[in-house]
Amino acid sequence: MRILLLRVIAILVTFIGLYMLSQFVTYQMDPYYFQVLIECGVYIILAVSLNLINGITGQFSIGHAGFFAVGAYVGAAWTMIWQPMVVGRYSFLQMGTLHGDILNLLIALVLGMISAGMAGFVVGLPSLRLRGDYLAIATLGFAEVIYVLLLNINSVGGARGLNGIPTLISSGNLALFWIFLFVIISIVLSRNIMQSVRGLTWLSVREDEIAADAMGVDTTKVKVTAFVIGSALAGAAGVLYAHFLTGISPDIFSMNTSILITTMVVLGGSGSVTGSVIAATVLIVLPEMLRFLKNDRMVIYSVLLIVMMLTRPQGIFGTKEIGFPKWRRKQPKTEGRSA
Amino acid sequence: MLQLENLEVYYGSIRALNGINIRVELGEIVTMIGANGAGKSTMIRAISGLIRPRSGKVFFENEDITTVPPHQLVEMGICQSPEGRRIFANMTVRENLELGGYVHHRNKRQIREDYDRVLSLFPRIKDRLNQSAGTLSGGEQQMLAIGRALMSRPRLLMLDEPSLGLAPIMVRQIFDILQDINQQGVTILLVEQNAWQALRIAQRGYVLETGSVVMENDTQSLLADEGVKNAYLGE
Ligand SMILES: Nc1ncnc2c1ncn2[C@@H]1O[C@H](COP(=O)(O)OP(=O)(O)OP(=O)(O)O)[C@@H](O)[C@H]1O
Ligand SMILES: [Mg+2]
Repeated sequence: MRILLLRVIAILVTFIGLYMLSQFVTYQMDPYYFQVLIECGVYIILAVSLNLINGITGQFSIGHAGFFAVGAYVGAAWTMIWQPMVVGRYSFLQMGTLHGDILNLLIALVLGMISAGMAGFVVGLPSLRLRGDYLAIATLGFAEVIYVLLLNINSVGGARGLNGIPTLISSGNLALFWIFLFVIISIVLSRNIMQSVRGLTWLSVREDEIAADAMGVDTTKVKVTAFVIGSALAGAAGVLYAHFLTGISPDIFSMNTSILITTMVVLGGSGSVTGSVIAATVLIVLPEMLRFLKNDRMVIYSVLLIVMMLTRPQGIFGTKEIGFPKWRRKQPKTEGRSA
Repeated sequence: MLQLENLEVYYGSIRALNGINIRVELGEIVTMIGANGAGKSTMIRAISGLIRPRSGKVFFENEDITTVPPHQLVEMGICQSPEGRRIFANMTVRENLELGGYVHHRNKRQIREDYDRVLSLFPRIKDRLNQSAGTLSGGEQQMLAIGRALMSRPRLLMLDEPSLGLAPIMVRQIFDILQDINQQGVTILLVEQNAWQALRIAQRGYVLETGSVVMENDTQSLLADEGVKNAYLGE
């Protein structure tokens, strides 16, 4: 009971804190920094969700932009295409009011996450048969297929993409609230998984799949679950990106983006949630900070990346965590000194 | 308790087992001896569902388990200490044991009991619970692999060459413990190249040669057999 109460309080405090922060920052912050902040949040969600697949269960998916794209386009399709078709009949779906915006965003999020999660299920299935580099190619192939499809579907704008997506924050200044809510959700979800016995089974799949099988771990289920959860979160990132940066085009979801997200996970230290968060922040902020270098910017950026990988080949954090001990699970106790 | 009927296993077009028949009765220690490449590990993998036999059947307590997936077999009471131990090297000893008991993780009390039982069987592991398993010595790793399998409370424990790479004294220690485990009511199927030690603790044995069972007898007779002596006991 007491723990439940504490949880409820923690959740309330988080909500209120995020809400106030969102209000405050939106008014005070320079729009340019604001946009960088939003991108950071989106990429943290992407990196942390890919870390569930690659870092924790040890698969090698490098097509995360594909799921990001599915979420973004499905979410945007709701607000720009489907919602206008049904709003005449269901007037409570009207946008422009606080509750209308929230309702529409939630619908977009649900649709985006379900579609991306289903895509993750379909792409995750080959992971049962494909290993390592073959799986990598399959996932990259999936992302490319999505990219090419988007380029060629005219109803979603082809190469130009969709612009002027309603921000859904016309009232309330809630962009940061939503984005950092999902940042927190993806981090807490990772943490809960890693601290549970179930998380141990996820890690066992990374360590030695055959041994995991032999110990009674349903490795098929673990891998597909990781794919579905990871992709659904990437889908949420897509919905948020589409609605708060108000424009999407296939280019945003190209192979470069897939590689960028993969780099974040590797650079942070595969398996480390903290590492993913920090690496995502660094890789988004760094190119902005290097803007003064003008044309040499990307060269310096690449050199810095190489230096970071050379000095910390296991990633910034290895598999360590800050802020929560990796295993705080209740351990079976035994009498005597070993407990 | 366990019965293999005409079990045939292929890797691609290579036949690794040509229709073997074996049975293990409740409470027994049965050993399968054979040289490198005879198909011993293949048999274990087939029983535990890690590979599908091309034909033939596996029965466990009179139930056909030929196509049951590995995780369900562990729940049914078949667990193994695999060839090469395959402990989770980057996890702690404790986490390895916890994973071994994963199929019963909801039953806290049972896990606690099994945990205490395993640690009392292997006091050497008890002092190293928070150490990462990869830093254990070979013998300790083998103890951990057996302990991990015991955590699932198997009724049939299969071991694939537990003596591999261990000093004779360690092998003797581990085999003595296997005997204790057996006396606690666990039926054991022991795959070995170290025929001496295996036949010492087993009641019956099979000899496997290039995928076929060529001999089957109680251990006394096997130990006395000239062919076995020459081929496996190095006399
Ligand atoms: N994954 C595989 N792919 C192809 N052939 C295999 C595979 N695993 C085993 N084999 C072949 O099957 C045969 C039996 O192998 P198995 O591992 O069962 O032998 P074993 O009796 O356990 O030998 P050892 O004592 O060396 O462990 C061997 O000829 C081996 O080359
Ligand atoms: Mg073998």
